Parts: sequence; C-alpha cells; structure tokens
Amino acid sequence: MNSYFSSTLFRKTLAALSGLFLVIFLIGHLIGNLQLILLSGEAAQKQFNEYALFMTTNPAVKILSIVTYTSIILHILLTIILVLQSKQARPIGYAVEGGGENSAWASRNMALLGSLLLVFIILHMKSFWYEMHWGAIGNDPSGNKDLYTVTVVAFQNIWYTAFYVFSMIILGFHLSHGIGSGFQTIGLKTRKYLEPIEKTAILFSILIPSAFASIPIILYLQSL
Amino acid sequence: MADLNLTLKIWRQDGPTEPGGFKTYDISDLNTHMSFLEMLDVLNENLVNSGDEPVAFDHDCREGICGMCSMVINGRPHGPLEGTTTCQLHMRHFNDGDTVTIEPWRAKPFPVLKDLIVDRTPFDRIIQAGGFVSVNTGSAPDGNAIPIGKDISDDAFDAAACIGCGACVAACKNASANLFTAAKISQLALLPQGQTERVERVIGMVKQMDEEGFGHCTNTGACEAECPKEISVDYIRKMNWEFHSANVKG
Ligand code: HEM
Ligand code: FES
Repeated sequence: MNSYFSSTLFRKTLAALSGLFLVIFLIGHLIGNLQLILLSGEAAQKQFNEYALFMTTNPAVKILSIVTYTSIILHILLTIILVLQSKQARPIGYAVEGGGENSAWASRNMALLGSLLLVFIILHMKSFWYEMHWGAIGNDPSGNKDLYTVTVVAFQNIWYTAFYVFSMIILGFHLSHGIGSGFQTIGLKTRKYLEPIEKTAILFSILIPSAFASIPIILYLQSL
Repeated sequence: MADLNLTLKIWRQDGPTEPGGFKTYDISDLNTHMSFLEMLDVLNENLVNSGDEPVAFDHDCREGICGMCSMVINGRPHGPLEGTTTCQLHMRHFNDGDTVTIEPWRAKPFPVLKDLIVDRTPFDRIIQAGGFVSVNTGSAPDGNAIPIGKDISDDAFDAAACIGCGACVAACKNASANLFTAAKISQLALLPQGQTERVERVIGMVKQMDEEGFGHCTNTGACEAECPKEISVDYIRKMNWEFHSANVKG
C-alpha cells in the first residue's frame, strides 16, 4: 500500500482530481463575479457586496472553500514533486528538440503556465480575499463591506487590468491541456468519448478565461 | 535516382563514464534507396578505411520488428516519418545538403554505452516484474481452446505490437515509460490467460517502472506520435484504472 501512495500514477491521479475540482470551482467563481457587470451602479454594488458577505459567512461555502484551498495546495505540491522528479529522468537533453512536432506547446509547458498562475493567484488573493477578510475597507449604503468599490477602483488601472487579462490567457493555455489531460488521467477519456471530451475541454478553456477577462475589461472601460 | 550529400552531426562517446560530444562528418554520393542504417554502414566503411573508429549503433532485424535501431534523428526518435523504425526510414526522405543530427535516446535509466547505443535493460526488468503469464510446460495448447471475441483480441494485439524500442521514453519530455509499461500490461490484462496474475502484474510493473527512474506521464501524447508501432495512449488510461483497482481491491 505504501508504494501505492508514493507511485507516480497515484500522485498524478490526485493532481488531476484536484485540478478538475479547481475547474468546477472556476465555474462557480465566474458566475459570482459576473454580478459585477450584469447589473450596474448602485444595484451592482448592493448585490455584489451582499454576495461577498454571503461567501465569507455561509457555513456551506466555508466547507467548499476548505475543499478548494486543499485542492490548490495539493495540486501545486503534487505537480511540483512530479515535475522535479521527471526533470531528473533526463539529465542530458537533446541538441535538437523535436517536441514541436509531436505535442502541443501547452502540454509541454504546464509547469511554466502553472507558476505564472500561482503568481496571479497570490496577487489576486492579496487584492480581494485578504482585503475582504482583514483589510480596512469602507461600508456601502446598506452597511455591508464595500468590496464592489475596491474592485471597481482596482480596475481603473490599465496595468492592473492588463495583468488580469494576461493571466486569463495563461489560464486558457493551462486548461487547454489540463482539462483533457485530467480526464485521460482519471480514466474517463475512453476512445468512445475522446472527441466530445476533447472538444468540450477546448471550448471550456476558451469560454472560462474569456468570460473572466471580460469583467476587468468592462470595468476598466466603464471607468474611462 | 539522385545522389545525396549530407552533413552528419553524430554523438560520439567512448563509454558510459566517458564524456561525449558531437562530431561532424560529410558524406557524399548516397543512394536515395538506402535505409538510414545502410547510410550509417557507408559512413562506417569510410571511417574504417581512413583508420577511424566506426560509429556504434544498435540494429538487428532491419525489418522493423526487433526494436533495436534506436536513435534520435533531428530531434525525432526513429526520424521524421510516422510509424517507422530507423531501419525502415529511407534516404529519399532527406534533401541534398541537409544537416542531420543523430543522438542517442536520452533518459537517465538508459545510460549511453557507446556512441548511439544505450542500455535498455530497465525495460527487461519491468517485464520481469510481471509482464508474463506462468504456464505449465507440456505440449502446445490448442489455439482455439479458449474463445476470445474479435474486438478484444484485436485490442490485445494492438498493444502487443509494442517492440520495446524505447522511442516513447526518448520522445517524452519527462522520459516516461508509461506507454511501454501500459502496452505490456494491457496485452495480458485483456486476455483470459492474463487474469490469474493480473493484480500482482500491474502493481509489480508500475513499481519497477518508477524504481528505474523514468518520469511521470503528463499526457503530451508525444509517445503515441513517435511510436513506430503507433501504440495508443488509451493503454495508459487503461493502466491507470488497472493500477488503482488492483491497489484498492488488493
Ligand atoms: C485555477 C487554477 C488551476 C486549474 C483549474 C488547474 C487545472 C489543471 C488540470 C485539470 C491539470 C491536468 C492534471 C492531469 O492531467 O494530471 C493541471 C495540470 C498541471 N497544473 Fe494546474 N491548475 C491550476 C493551477 C495551477 C498552479 C497554480 C500550478 C503550479 C504551481 C499548476 C501546475 C500544474 C502542472 C505542473 C500540471 C501538469 C502536471 C501533470 O500533468 O502531471 N496548476 N492543472
Ligand atoms: S533493426 Fe530491428 S526494428 Fe530496426
């Protein structure tokens, strides 16, 4: 049993399960965020701040958020362990690299894409999650913490907005390989479902990041 | 039949612990109907005639079935063609004046023995860890004694087409042996003869694969793309199931 948990196949499966859970989390997170742009002005402020309060206090959300934090930590730890382990498997590289002709770029650069995502996640949590929990932010007219205004102000900055859009492109590439790869790893990408799974994976890897990126872009444009 | 002139950059290394490096050779007036190995034979004849050490490379059947002719040609294991071993690659796929870089398989578990020859005994040890069925000796059993459906026998046969050449390891950015191991596990797991030792087989072979120091699988698909027998990565998916259920059921 011990060799089971230390095997590359077990660790890879756990990395895939945590990664796929993070995809589900992204969908939920996206739906929440869309409230920033679906309404406007005071209605958006009221709605979004009530939602933010709900997300920080509801016990069911608490449990989900623990699963999410666990997934992120597991995913990062396991992929780093696996990537370092595999680096050792080829101490001398090739003079001529042929990877471009037999595999997709994103599939060969998951660690680079993931590291950029990690930078994004840290900055993103500092900006909003940390502020919401421990920052000194004002209240809106209904007396709720005004995360809405924090967000709107943040995206008045073109560079901050650009960083978000760039990070969503990185996410798109990570997902373009990650979703299909995760389904293959956990064994659901059978020959019969290969095509539909690959197509849906690519569709999601375009749709999720574009919808996310549209929020800072719209907030920035509204601030002009 | 056009004659062909090439510049070859070949990895030369005297022994496992000696430092290696690329040497450049010009070779001219090649017949385009030659195989890649015959081209190397010509080079070696020239080298011997001029008193130099010939290039050491593995080869045996020269008909695409033994899996010996391992080398990375311009970054591609077994060269640029799909579903082709080096011995089945012909010089007509190269252009006059090309520079061709030839390197050994690169993986820590496959140390270079000399020039282009690597030690592939880690694959033998993976097989010894479970890639077999134990049978009593005696007269050969009747071929049709155990009926097997055509779809299953086809699937098993596709996995059994693996010639153990190691191109999957050479192509993979992680030097992973997942495709080889998965093909060898699947070919037996699919058939009735493989059921008795099914659980120990997958556990033993995966353990050995990890212990040899091969990398993990990130599903880039490079192995399937470079496999001379076009073995499908679907066997890796099957191996994952096989491995988890063997460990859970015990
Ligand atoms: C929202 C964030 C993220 C999502 C939704 C996500 C999703 C995924 C998925 C589904 C996979 C495929 C897993 C497999 O096939 O085994 C994957 C692979 C990977 N992820 Fe992430 N990931 C995220 C963040 C990160 C971060 C922050 C890092 C790094 C620090 C990272 C590094 C990697 C690496 C290196 C792989 C390839 C691992 C392998 O295939 O063995 N990811 N990701
Ligand atoms: S020499 Fe046997 S497969 Fe090429």
